[in-house]
Amino acid sequence: MTTQPTRAIRGRAPNTMKVGLFIPCYIDLIYPEVGIATLQLLERFGLDVGFPLNQTCCGQPMSNSGDEKNAAAAEHLFIENFKGYDCIVGPAGSCVKQVRCHYDRLEQTEEVKHVRQHTYELVEFLHDVLKVESFPWAEFPHSVAIHNSCSSLRGLRIASTSEIMEAPFDKTLTLLSKVKDIVVVPVDRPDDCCGFGGTFCVTDEAVSARMGIEKAHDHVRHGAEYVVSPDMSCLMHQQGIARRAGLDLKYIHVAQVLNGGPY
Amino acid sequence: MEMSNSNRETILRSIRANLPSTGVQHPGIRDFGRPAGALKAMFEQRLKEAGGAAHDVGSVAEAASKLRLLHPDAKVICSAVPEIAGTRRVEKVRDPHELADVDVGVVRAQFGVAESGAVWLTQEELVVDALGFLSQHLIVLLDPKQIVPDMHAAYRRVRLAETAFGCFMMGPSATADVEATLVHGAQGARTLNLFFL
Amino acid sequence: MSAPRQVNPAAAAELFIIQDQIHEPMHDRFLWGAMQRRHAEAAAIPEWEELREIASKIKEHTLTHLDHYLEEFEANATKRGAHVHWAVDATDHNQIVYSILQGHSVKELIKSKSMLQEECQMTPFLEHRGIKVIESDLGERIQQLDDQPPSHIVFPAIHKTRQDVAQLFARTIGTDPNNDDPHFLTEVMRNNARPRFLAAGAGMTGGNFAIAETGTFMVCTNEGNADIGAAVPPLHIASMGIEKMIPRVEDMGVFLRLLARSAEGAPLTQYSSHYTGPRKGGELHIVLVDNGRSRRLGMPDFWHSLKCIRCGACMNTCPVYRRSGGLAYGATYSGPIGVILDPTFDEFKYSELPFHSSLCGSCSEVCPVKIDISDQILKWRRVMAEKGYLPLAKRLSFAVAGHVFAHPAEYQLVEKAAEPAMSYAPHFLMYNHTLNPWIRDRELPRPAKQSFREWYLANRSEHGNVQQ
Repeated sequence: MTTQPTRAIRGRAPNTMKVGLFIPCYIDLIYPEVGIATLQLLERFGLDVGFPLNQTCCGQPMSNSGDEKNAAAAEHLFIENFKGYDCIVGPAGSCVKQVRCHYDRLEQTEEVKHVRQHTYELVEFLHDVLKVESFPWAEFPHSVAIHNSCSSLRGLRIASTSEIMEAPFDKTLTLLSKVKDIVVVPVDRPDDCCGFGGTFCVTDEAVSARMGIEKAHDHVRHGAEYVVSPDMSCLMHQQGIARRAGLDLKYIHVAQVLNGGPY
Repeated sequence: MEMSNSNRETILRSIRANLPSTGVQHPGIRDFGRPAGALKAMFEQRLKEAGGAAHDVGSVAEAASKLRLLHPDAKVICSAVPEIAGTRRVEKVRDPHELADVDVGVVRAQFGVAESGAVWLTQEELVVDALGFLSQHLIVLLDPKQIVPDMHAAYRRVRLAETAFGCFMMGPSATADVEATLVHGAQGARTLNLFFL
Repeated sequence: MSAPRQVNPAAAAELFIIQDQIHEPMHDRFLWGAMQRRHAEAAAIPEWEELREIASKIKEHTLTHLDHYLEEFEANATKRGAHVHWAVDATDHNQIVYSILQGHSVKELIKSKSMLQEECQMTPFLEHRGIKVIESDLGERIQQLDDQPPSHIVFPAIHKTRQDVAQLFARTIGTDPNNDDPHFLTEVMRNNARPRFLAAGAGMTGGNFAIAETGTFMVCTNEGNADIGAAVPPLHIASMGIEKMIPRVEDMGVFLRLLARSAEGAPLTQYSSHYTGPRKGGELHIVLVDNGRSRRLGMPDFWHSLKCIRCGACMNTCPVYRRSGGLAYGATYSGPIGVILDPTFDEFKYSELPFHSSLCGSCSEVCPVKIDISDQILKWRRVMAEKGYLPLAKRLSFAVAGHVFAHPAEYQLVEKAAEPAMSYAPHFLMYNHTLNPWIRDRELPRPAKQSFREWYLANRSEHGNVQQ
């Protein structure tokens, strides 16, 4: 294990923290390897990671449709499940954004405030809290296009965006570039939405599909073999589109690359 | 108008009833600081990008001959400046419609803005506002020492309360309404040539 | 199913996309290009983000003192010889303009671009009463000839190819249908409009900004058509929304540095004109219009939309707008700003608009006055959900989902059932385009044989990390 400077949370050094693992529903059901990779990766840094078995959903699908009533129960359950942890880590930017930014609709009890302030998306956690310098167990000799979701970009600011005039940075790139033999390719429209947007992808299907196929073509144009993202929900949509269009692109989560599997 | 007065009261009343509870203070505008040098060069470059052209002109005579070179077929040259006689003096124009046949309008700008390549033209310089817009082509005279760095400086110089019309004119008329293809000479001047004089 | 009066932007967008392989890709490409130019211009100004913040705060200050600044503007404009009118709503506005024109026996009016006048449906009102109204802006004229509203507030005909325009001009003006060179088409418009400027009894403009300190209003164009309209006919009428007010001359520096860079990636429009009182020998009327703006001021979640300076950057950056075209929104204002404004005009008619967004958030980041557009879109979704405007299918599915997600035992049951269900579900159900829109353009994801939860229980629970 590498010893690295880390940020204390609540006055506790990371290797004494209790970390709650948040696994969104679609990862649980469709992409369990992402959850496994996340857990294994966090454990490699000596963290004490727990997985509350009663977790269900962050409430985003309902909340994003304006359905606050039906979102509220799921949101309360999330707080209940995770309030006992020093911090919560989830391999999903849009879900983490939901907790940090949109749980402002709940009554702001001490528990709610604690959970909101200490829920991290995986890339953020590795980059900002653990300040990981290397991933010696990982190698990925492939060309890779990075896809940062809109939630991660504009909600959590894991990378700079073309709209805001600031010094460029990309935490996903910073982490991935530490992986042996990886080749990260540039893309034409790195922060143009891929068209997933949650329920948008079915309620506005034609527009969503156009956005998705453009994204896939961008990746193909730049010779990417893999598309890597901290957000599997976007990739689920892009993968569906690419497969239907017969494009030879593979989609995996950043946790899988940084952990060295499972694929 | 009586209707308008009661409308006025209705609207003001409605605004007052709906004003957000917390007023926001004016933030003030700080001085962003501007390098003083190279204003003329910046101005020329931006004017070029806007579709205009700048010319260094040594004398009034040179200006007159340059005008003839640029517009050899011009029949009606309407001038608002003493330096160029033209074929028609704008001071003689009573009605803007009389300017419909002007090939070249000649005016002097008060100052230019380096950040954009725009010049400031008012009713006083134009004499008849339409001269700036009905002329097929424009020649603009500008003292090269009268170039300010940016719009903040420009707004410190203008005297809006003292003129009915003032325009930051940046190059010739343009449009990109058809397939986003830039075309010059949409409705106003087809070309704008600026003489540093 | 939506009631007939409801606008269905998703369906309209689909029509825009599927019409051919030309229109939508072109539309997307042009507006993406405008954004790239915007980024380049903004990057050249070190204080860009600070300018946005200042502009936002100036607007918030003005709006929270709007009555004061309107009165100051009126006093100063009147002092300089302008006639100032107040219009409570669209009908008022149209009536005031009509009586001014009537009072001057005007038969033909030439106008420059104004979203407000479009909002008030002024042109049909006047034409109904025997006054000919001609749009002088090329894009607006194209749309007027085609009997369509503008599709973009800065580039009104950006959804049309040059062939479309050539065909249209051939049909309506009698030019060569095969000459689609934009230079030719622009020249056609120039020669068509000039005689109208010279014949018109009045010129009408909108107003981009109004400066309270001096009673000045500003009009920004690239063509100079607003200036011709103001400089040639003896009568100039300008109408603008009350939210266009700015306190001081000095403030304009901030807004002008932001406006054209945001709209089209140029440092300014070709013409930025300031009108303070009537020109020599002319007459000037200014109409200040409310039409719901004061009511919007009283909406805590939505009043920031009044800061809008109508640059159109939100439309250019919006991935949904670029692929839908502005006409898909069925309203005067389209794109992200349209999504948050239009429900204030008709909540039911525009109840689907807030869902015509992927909530990517790009609009909020390009807005020069920092309107929280994306957040307001989400807030409108809440309004629509509370009012029961959500489409029935969505309401039912989210009630079920909400219940399931609130009850872990049921969730786990559904999870266990889902995998086998998807493997054995009748093919037609899964692949039916109507029942499962996902499938029209995408392959379905397959649930894993073993969920993460099952893996965790099998591989980790003996470590005592399990919370029951």
